[in-house]
Amino acid sequence: MNFEDTPQEAAFRAEARAWITANAPKQYEDELRKSSLGRTRLEGANVLEVAKAWQKKKADAGWACLHWPKDYGGRGSSPIERVIWQQEEGAFGKLSAMFIIGHGMCGPTMMAFASEEQKRHYLPPLASGENVWCQLFSEPSAGSDVAGLRTRAEKRGDDWIVNGQKIWTSGAHYSDYGILLTRTDPTAPKHKGLTMFFLDMKSPGVEVRPIKQASGQSDFNEVYFSDVKIPDAQRLGNVNDGWNVALTTLMNERMSIGAGVATGFPELFEFCNNLMLEDGLAIDDRNVRSKLANWAVRASGLKYTSLRAISALSKGERPGPENSIGKLVAGAMIQEVAMFALDLEGAAGVLNGPEAELAGKFQAMLLRAPGTRVEGGTDEIMRNIIAERVLGLPGDVRVDKDLPFNQIPTKGRA
Amino acid sequence: MNFDFSDEQKQLRDEARKFLTEKCSPKAVRAVLDGKASYDRELWQGLAEMGFLGVAIPENYGGAGAGHLELCVIAEEMGRALAPVPFSSTVYLAAEALLIAGSDVQKQKWLPKIAKGEAIGTLALFEGKGNPSPQAVKLAASGNALTGVKMPVADGAIADFAIVVARTGSGGRDSDISLYLAELKGEGVETKALSNIDPTRGQAEITFKNAKAEPLGRVGDGWSILTQVLDRAAVLMAFEQVGGSDRALEMGRDYALDRIAFGRPIGSFQAVKHMLADMYVSATLARSNSYYGAWALSTNSSELPEAAAAARISATQAFQHCAKNNIQVHGGMGFTWEFDCHMFYRRANATALGLGSLSYWEDQLIDRMRKKNAA
Repeated sequence: MNFEDTPQEAAFRAEARAWITANAPKQYEDELRKSSLGRTRLEGANVLEVAKAWQKKKADAGWACLHWPKDYGGRGSSPIERVIWQQEEGAFGKLSAMFIIGHGMCGPTMMAFASEEQKRHYLPPLASGENVWCQLFSEPSAGSDVAGLRTRAEKRGDDWIVNGQKIWTSGAHYSDYGILLTRTDPTAPKHKGLTMFFLDMKSPGVEVRPIKQASGQSDFNEVYFSDVKIPDAQRLGNVNDGWNVALTTLMNERMSIGAGVATGFPELFEFCNNLMLEDGLAIDDRNVRSKLANWAVRASGLKYTSLRAISALSKGERPGPENSIGKLVAGAMIQEVAMFALDLEGAAGVLNGPEAELAGKFQAMLLRAPGTRVEGGTDEIMRNIIAERVLGLPGDVRVDKDLPFNQIPTKGRA
Repeated sequence: MNFDFSDEQKQLRDEARKFLTEKCSPKAVRAVLDGKASYDRELWQGLAEMGFLGVAIPENYGGAGAGHLELCVIAEEMGRALAPVPFSSTVYLAAEALLIAGSDVQKQKWLPKIAKGEAIGTLALFEGKGNPSPQAVKLAASGNALTGVKMPVADGAIADFAIVVARTGSGGRDSDISLYLAELKGEGVETKALSNIDPTRGQAEITFKNAKAEPLGRVGDGWSILTQVLDRAAVLMAFEQVGGSDRALEMGRDYALDRIAFGRPIGSFQAVKHMLADMYVSATLARSNSYYGAWALSTNSSELPEAAAAARISATQAFQHCAKNNIQVHGGMGFTWEFDCHMFYRRANATALGLGSLSYWEDQLIDRMRKKNAA
């Protein structure tokens, strides 16, 4: 048992580190390091431009999408090399946030289902960040139950005509392309009448409207489709086989291992180390210590769980299912941590302007936290996944599974 | 990076599981639970023959000379099987104390006997309510004779010797405390078995009246040695707790798959599924923290104090969580004497206290993290 690199891993790490030291935009390192949950902001710079420039620089030197084949803009690296890269990229990795969906979900889906010509055309500019992609699955009436989506695609000649509405589309407002899941046969059971496409987000009839979130920010969008024309050549997978294509996409969503999830614990620990309460430092308070200890072991548990997965990758094995706990644990924790930090601040915890403690860091965390427990699979969906895929418990009884889609009830209380 | 046990260590774990499945069935555990024996003597001898008792004891003291990672995988299996033997007292506490602080003569005398299953040892630390602290030690040593009362002492009624935490100075400082090795069958020692929540591991009261003992380590070093012993034992005990958590989770999962209510397996109800998923989360966090502890223990890392506390807290929480919710999944049947669920519940809650309670270790963890932070 050890934490050391193999000689090959060490050599790769040294090469990555040297390149990052020579090329990363160091003027932003401090700000990036400090930015926690919420959004990355850079003083006097447009973060999207900085992110795109960094991605392009990486791509030109062969450090973008490391695990992709070279022909598609990657480096052909092993999974462990990808992890080492993420560790070395450190705070600069936060600049990749806008590419995560494109690189993590759209790219792999294109790789599995697009034609060779399309892959060579679309994937390299996706890898280099010149094109940003988004994923258009969720709808107002299809969130956790994404197969219940209603956006229609109808065949007309060699094209498909799309009408409907998507929601919760991250980055649609700056995306160039998207992958889109539609309903093509409403008379088939819900999983059997779906078809996947990719499309140019500048196509006529596509309208993007930002959603103002409960936190006050706007990271997501609604996307409306009015008679949007998509050539049949941009279909991914067979007609009405879109669910299987979507499973490929979603499987890749849970692949990120090396990056480490935010829990809020390091911030809280530091806060309690410095905060004076009426009767002394917060960290000397028995109640504070007990809570900190409980969060400390959750944070370290997640860290060492991910190191176990990385070890599997290092040995060329597939990681076990342990990593499926990450989002569930971290999402709930960051919310509890934020609430506790505000509690320690007392009445002043209510402030989140310039008068707030630590410039409102924990207040921002508090307001953003509900989203972390919903996005990318709600806590409840994550528990279902663990129960069904890891523990082997039966799937839910699905009363609508075999019904034709257009006969599924759409209202709860009449 | 290889943050995992080696193939040989995993093979040892498989061997231990196979052995314990055969020799330590729930029926065997119940013989001790029901008071038919104070511990499973046959199993104890079997563990000695398999080389498990001395796995981390060096060869020149009669052990297998393997190491602490090997001991961790065996501990996990002991926890899974709820082995009703004085393994933790003898191996994690007494043997570790001897290895850290014993003289060569003391090691030569006791370690080979431990490895052969011929001597049971324990740690006599507590004196009634409370957690480890120098102030709480009243038992006094004077001229290599001990006077005072220790309780509860794990496996105290069946132990041949104990490492006794004794007062040699008058204040509450660490340096007022020393360790002694006392034989328990000798003059001036009385042991009395005490009823406890987990009868598969005995607890006792030991009264020393001017009883002969010899120092273990230097006089005045007792508290610092004890702290090291408790840290090492915390990691090893965490593996027992991880083994117990996993087994309790499996029992709950299996029952949820088999039991039908309202026309469906109860494992298809989200209320039950989510409870089991949360048990898996606890057990996984505990396992990962314990691996960190195992690494720190096996490499003698300066991170051991922090790693041990994290492993201890996480594994204690996981075992308690899995054991109590295993009963919940089983419903009424889980609350019968006949079903094995309560044996895990008892063990989970007893092991949560033996080395100091959860709140004690929470306090320790924060102290240790602060120390590291300041350094």
